[in-house]
Amino acid sequence: MSSEKGTPLQSETSTFHAPSEPLAAHSSERTTQNFSVIGKRNLKYDWHAKLTGAAKYTDDLRLPRMIYGRLLRSPHPHARILRIDVSRARAMSGVFAVLTGKDLPIRYGILPSSQDETAMALEKVRYVGEAVAAVAAVDEWTAEEACNAIEVVYEPLQPVMSIDEALDPDSEKIHDWTKHANIQKNVLLEFGDLDEGFAEADRVFEDEYFFEGNTHVPMENHAALANWEPTGKVTVWSSTQTPHYLHRELARVLDLPPSRIRVIAPPVGGGFGGKSEAFSHELVAPVLSRLSGRPVLISLSREEVFYCHRGRHPVRMWIRTGVKSDGTITALDFKSTLDGGAYGSYGIATTYYTGALNTLPYRVPRYRFEGRRVFTNKPPCGPKRGHGTVQPRFAIEAHLDRIAGELGHDPAEMRKGMLVSPFSWTVNHLRVTSCGLPEAIDAVLERSGWREKHGHLPQGKGIGLACSVYLSGAGLPIYWNPMPHSGAQIKIDRGGGVTVYCGTSDIGQDSDSMLAYVVAEELGVDIGDIHLVTGDTSLAPVDLGSYSSRVTFMAGNAARQAASKLRAQLFQVAAARLDVPEARLGAAGGMIYDLEDTERQIPFAQAAQLAEAEFGTLGETGSYTPPKLAGPYKGSGVGPSPAYSFTCAVAEVDVDLETGILSIQKIWVAHDLGRALNPVVCEGQIEGGVYMGWAEAVIEEQVFRKGLHKQPSLLEYKIPTSLDMPDVDTTIIESIDPEGPFGAKEVGQGPLAPVIPAIANAVYDATGIRIDSTPIMADKVLRAIEMRRKQHAAAV
Amino acid sequence: MLRLNRFSYVAPGDLDGALALMEKHGQDAMLMAGGTDLLVNIKQRLATPALVVGIRELPELQGYSLDRGWLTLGASTRLCDIEHDPRIRMMYPALSDAAGLISAPQVRTVATLGGNICLDTRCNYYNQSQEWRRAIGFCMKKDSPICRVAPGGDRCWAVASADTVPVLISLRAETTVVGPSGIRRVPVESLYQDDGLVPLTLRFGEIVSSVHIPPPDTWTTEYAKFRLRQSFDFPLVGIAASVRRDPDGNIADARVVMTAVASYPERASGAESVLRGKPLSEESITTAGHAVFRQAKPMDNTAGSIFHRKRMARVLVERSLRHIAGLPERDARTA
Repeated sequence: MSSEKGTPLQSETSTFHAPSEPLAAHSSERTTQNFSVIGKRNLKYDWHAKLTGAAKYTDDLRLPRMIYGRLLRSPHPHARILRIDVSRARAMSGVFAVLTGKDLPIRYGILPSSQDETAMALEKVRYVGEAVAAVAAVDEWTAEEACNAIEVVYEPLQPVMSIDEALDPDSEKIHDWTKHANIQKNVLLEFGDLDEGFAEADRVFEDEYFFEGNTHVPMENHAALANWEPTGKVTVWSSTQTPHYLHRELARVLDLPPSRIRVIAPPVGGGFGGKSEAFSHELVAPVLSRLSGRPVLISLSREEVFYCHRGRHPVRMWIRTGVKSDGTITALDFKSTLDGGAYGSYGIATTYYTGALNTLPYRVPRYRFEGRRVFTNKPPCGPKRGHGTVQPRFAIEAHLDRIAGELGHDPAEMRKGMLVSPFSWTVNHLRVTSCGLPEAIDAVLERSGWREKHGHLPQGKGIGLACSVYLSGAGLPIYWNPMPHSGAQIKIDRGGGVTVYCGTSDIGQDSDSMLAYVVAEELGVDIGDIHLVTGDTSLAPVDLGSYSSRVTFMAGNAARQAASKLRAQLFQVAAARLDVPEARLGAAGGMIYDLEDTERQIPFAQAAQLAEAEFGTLGETGSYTPPKLAGPYKGSGVGPSPAYSFTCAVAEVDVDLETGILSIQKIWVAHDLGRALNPVVCEGQIEGGVYMGWAEAVIEEQVFRKGLHKQPSLLEYKIPTSLDMPDVDTTIIESIDPEGPFGAKEVGQGPLAPVIPAIANAVYDATGIRIDSTPIMADKVLRAIEMRRKQHAAAV
Repeated sequence: MLRLNRFSYVAPGDLDGALALMEKHGQDAMLMAGGTDLLVNIKQRLATPALVVGIRELPELQGYSLDRGWLTLGASTRLCDIEHDPRIRMMYPALSDAAGLISAPQVRTVATLGGNICLDTRCNYYNQSQEWRRAIGFCMKKDSPICRVAPGGDRCWAVASADTVPVLISLRAETTVVGPSGIRRVPVESLYQDDGLVPLTLRFGEIVSSVHIPPPDTWTTEYAKFRLRQSFDFPLVGIAASVRRDPDGNIADARVVMTAVASYPERASGAESVLRGKPLSEESITTAGHAVFRQAKPMDNTAGSIFHRKRMARVLVERSLRHIAGLPERDARTA
């Protein structure tokens, strides 16, 4: 795939000037190279353990003398804690330890700017399900009885359950430090002269949208096992996406040197963002272990997982766009208000994310973004797959669909004329490298039969399209530091075995396989010769975690760097042995060979022995730090990424006009992921994203009634099953990114976002009705149909 | 983790053994067939039996027999068998359809017909964990005098949620009920009362041992179900519609039964009476649909909205009747 040299986009009048030098459109990859591992449909590294059930998740772990912990949770959405009496619980037979908030009073929070949580509530509870006390007991029945025996006296306060209530200056304050009502944060970013942009526009469009909150629903409930050894060392096994951040939070809250704490992330049964910060059970289990002298397992119920939440924020959005008659944007003004729930979590980052990527993938010369996050008495919202970008993407793509319709353009063709160029900069200083979006759009148009269908299907049937963009890893870490974002260590043993140590946490996305593929390719060995040590803060170098779609890009580059150093050592000794220049050597299939005379070769293991004799023990490290990309403005830390993925989706729907029931006939998706390191795994990620986007579009909603989560169960929180899944047609687009490992970018999150507006746009094509809020439930569609019928009747 | 409450489990060898255990242990004991509903309720502490009496394997609750056109099914007949057994499907396709629409395939391999008939009423203020119910102050059906659906009222509005029951009523099915005071034959319809708290008319210790379905004759029956998630969910409204036509094509008799819109399976008597004596036509079907719409009065205690469930009740009955009549699907494009 060729890459053209792009001219940086910039506005003469922008408040902040984007850097002017174009990016070098080089590719470090030999794209014609024959890979032996990369790009092949290899087995997953852990296929056998996952297929047979042998994989040990946190809740499967059992240590000798282990006991069970349990959290007592608040029954009130908002209340002052007047008194807690644990004496009856503590006196019960079989109870080893009881804790309350006062025992762990140090505040923490995943963002340095939001240190607002404690392991258990101190003076107030702020949502139903917030931890108030904890017990450790000989079994879970005793732990439950002990929780029931704890007496807590509350003084209920007026709960704040919606954005409007939170904005009301008379509402009860959830946190006493908020200046205005329950507003946690206001942000304002402006790039260029919007007045000028709107003056230049042929038409100006304005719309409002609402995106309902929803949650991750990983199949594995959260669990943590802690073992505080008499030596003063503590080990915590936890179903976490971010062992490094948990390590930091544990050190802070336990007030213990990090050097005494070891965090292990066993195989994790799905995260989707919901396991990427410290939770009460993870902080409490070690202390229960210390007090009881026993290992303590806390395994949450599904209901408790709904209370952990940190899921998709409900977001109210307003958008105003100036466009030329061809659809080209002259100015974009965007406002979002996020319902954050009771605590900060990642919420400030989420707030910025509802603005940061709106200047992609279409050219936006002038851009203004105003965001705010409010506190409410609900479980805290946080990052869910597509973190904060999914809600505005719904708004923008539905809005563009309306603009295309009113301007008389085909929505796909109009978009194609507005795309950013590869190797360019956006007005808010985002650096774009590879971009395969034009190819992605063409692929779904072709495969879906878009041109024959759009606007031509019978009433009740429709087709819709949307595009999206996502990061390949956040350009900045959660806490400021100048160190690498990912590190890897590799050792080679005398038998040719290769062990990779990396702090990544495999949450089912196959980051372990990715490490194995990258290293096996670089060293030319079989995947079966690779051994992995991951998800362990004591045994492996830091990787920041499985969030922001960063692992392939960052850990992949780190592992590749370590492997390439070893490859150089091996090639040096092999060259001497084979009497061939190093530059003429290749490595594949467990051999190092002469590229010009492949019969001249030595086995990898033999080369390893020669190298060990020459250089000593074979071990190297690699690390990855993203380039410094943040623009010169406050808030510029959210949005930059070393590379962006691009997606286009088309949905075809059938709307039953008598019932409002929506059935999705098929979804076509094409995703530019740079390079597919394993197409099977990438297709799985894309299909998973499509599944999740479709579910959010049509059925999922995290809603509350009388202060309580209305439906904290898998039966009543409607998440569809594989039997409900529509047909998905997946196309992988490879744009070969110059900085990604072997050209790879992200695939885990991006494909979710366009599915939701594509469905909304298809519903419009089918019915002429624009549903401007998610989920697009039958009830909502039918109400709109009935209202239109009444209006028609009144007009006649 | 959500744990079952501790209880003893006994699976007696025969029906007399089960009856004796129930009599001995009284309210501390509960019957369990497939357990797919009861065990969830025990986890949520809606039920806290000290003794669970397993009756699924009782010999008296097994079997399939045909006698003078009546089909008798043991109460332990699994839902998957009702769904798939070609003999049942041939005679009572609507019953097979209804059984196949219950829950998920895995559950249907253990859940039983008797269990579905005796299914407890459901409510989204009731079918919650003990912690959740404590947070809201509990409800009339368990641990509080107040109904959370209609707090000013004096009754429980929990919803009859079985899928097979409306079909069995429309088919005029009967049951054999065995209890301490003997055996009695009870029409399925008479097993229920309009009371969310105590939805069954069975006396304590009585066991539904078998179900008897009269010959289909010239009856034609359909079952249609609305739910938000098509793969598995309780009904938000379910309609069984059954009609018997004269040789001249007029409707000699009609039975329309609604589930999930009241605390008991409710006969749509208005629809039945507008259908009787008329041909099954666009007009009579529309009138019947309107009657169902007016009669169905769901409360806000399941998934879905009242607005939508009422409309779905009408659409479901209209579509079933149109299908029976052989009318084409209404062209919704013009709706």
